[in-house]
Amino acid sequence: MSIEFFVRLWREKRFGAIGGIIFLVFLVCGLFADVIAPYGINDTNLQVRLQSPSWDFLLGTDHLGRDVLSRVLYGAQLSMVVGFLAAGLATVVSIVIGVLSGYFGGKFDMLVQRFVDAWMTFPDLVLLIVVISIVGPGIPQIVIILGFLYGIAGSRIVRGQVVTVRETMYTHAAQSTGASNMRILIRHVLPNVMPVIIVLFTTRVGATILAEAGLSFLGLGVPPPAPTWGSMLSGTGRTYMYLGPWLALAPGLCLTIVVYAINVYGDALRDLLDPRMRGAR
Amino acid sequence: MQAYIARRLIALVPTLLFASLIVFVSMRLIPGDVIDLMLAQNDIATTQDRERIEAALGLDQPVLTQYFNWADGVLKGDLGRSLWRNTPVTEDLLVTMPITFELGFLALIVALTVAIPTGIYSAMRQDTMGDYVSRSFSLIMLAVPSFWLGTLVMVFPSVWWRWSPPLEYTPFFEDPIANLSHMIIPAILLGLSMSAVTMRMTRTMMLEVLRQDYVRTARAKGLSENMMVLRHALRNGLIPVVTLIGLQAPLLIGGAVILEQIFVVPGMGQMLLEAVFQRDYPVISGIFLIVGIGVLLINLLVDLSYGFLDPKVRHQ
Repeated sequence: MSIEFFVRLWREKRFGAIGGIIFLVFLVCGLFADVIAPYGINDTNLQVRLQSPSWDFLLGTDHLGRDVLSRVLYGAQLSMVVGFLAAGLATVVSIVIGVLSGYFGGKFDMLVQRFVDAWMTFPDLVLLIVVISIVGPGIPQIVIILGFLYGIAGSRIVRGQVVTVRETMYTHAAQSTGASNMRILIRHVLPNVMPVIIVLFTTRVGATILAEAGLSFLGLGVPPPAPTWGSMLSGTGRTYMYLGPWLALAPGLCLTIVVYAINVYGDALRDLLDPRMRGAR
Repeated sequence: MQAYIARRLIALVPTLLFASLIVFVSMRLIPGDVIDLMLAQNDIATTQDRERIEAALGLDQPVLTQYFNWADGVLKGDLGRSLWRNTPVTEDLLVTMPITFELGFLALIVALTVAIPTGIYSAMRQDTMGDYVSRSFSLIMLAVPSFWLGTLVMVFPSVWWRWSPPLEYTPFFEDPIANLSHMIIPAILLGLSMSAVTMRMTRTMMLEVLRQDYVRTARAKGLSENMMVLRHALRNGLIPVVTLIGLQAPLLIGGAVILEQIFVVPGMGQMLLEAVFQRDYPVISGIFLIVGIGVLLINLLVDLSYGFLDPKVRHQ
């Protein structure tokens, strides 16, 4: 994507562009959490436990005297890492399954699609919980599971697009000149599926961040003491929220803003890149 | 019609068998199984104890034999016994399933009463302030995690007004009012998160329908705007919305897991989480299977409802 594209985005989809900028701010904060965070994530100081927000502790402190702002910043880091890696893996999985299934068709396509059907019958969260219970919690596991979960579901969208491209004149022309399947896939199919893939990736970042937070909330996500937005709202910290209500605000608000921003940005991208997908989700 | 239903029902079987096989086999390939957890509670356990427990639970047989025993039971309506409580999974599910079903049903009512009127309003007043407000609301609801909303509802009323939502479950037929006053808050939260997509869809479809010739004709013959929406636009615009409700069934069940946890609703979601932490395989496989069947049946019902909503669709 070129600079002109972003200029057009800013001109035509101001709201979406602002969403993208907000997301970028969170991304930078997350990446540089080690530099920005005023305190360490697990620096406990019982003398300042459960302090309401002040100039020393902008978002207050928790029941162990840990600075909430620092923990929220590191939470952003974890969310971004999980979100980007899982969405990236999901996109690769979607491309591989969608392109192969859509381009080669036939019995293989039928078999793959029945598998995708079976997979999509189960609620995301239920499937996640069951798989995590098998492999145990941890960042690599979560990234891989979320990647496959959303990747398999998203392969439908890629496949649909590939089927359309497969029947175009230029693909037939390439086939009649004797181009290999590999060459056709890389030179003709992939570039034409790219807009769908970019939009898919963007929406998956938001979805995986939300899913990771849900898992961490249930105690099946990134194990403690790593501060994630989901786990900051659950566990022992929950009982102290009645004494320090500010503890309940920051992590959830950050989650909502980040996911909202990336969704709005994704919508704008979709409208510009792929008008046919408008209204779909 | 009957043939269509029969064919659809038969098509469910391979999907479910395939899914249950995967869960069943993978659950048994993992280390740290339920016996380790049981023995961990008892210091004087020996290897013989371990073998005895394995034999008693049938875990010493080959995985495939275990699967066929289980599948045979499933076909007879027997999902096996919980490894921890030794109670039949089918009976436990008969208790917890209606609770989750009630939560989902209430949430669906909330979602539809919010989403359909706002969607119609948004479409009829396209690009006005009201339209922007309801669209922003739905975009926000897509981003807000339900566990955060649940947390806010638990914490802030308690801090400000010393009021917290009731957390004690009462069966509906014992005391409907106590039951509903407990279930309504999680149902509203679940319904709101579901209403977002439904509202967007209702708006899009209504916008499409409102541009049709028959709507113009209805207006031209002097039909009032309300009559026109109710008689002509809504009936045609709602068909894709009904599909969407079917597609959201998994979302509803997933959301129920989290909200049941927060509001202490003893439904299938709580049962699943508890089983996961205890590695209670029969319970996990049982719930997984029931959820799969539930989602597939809801989608079947949705497909069948087209015939009633749209006379053009008749299943052959």
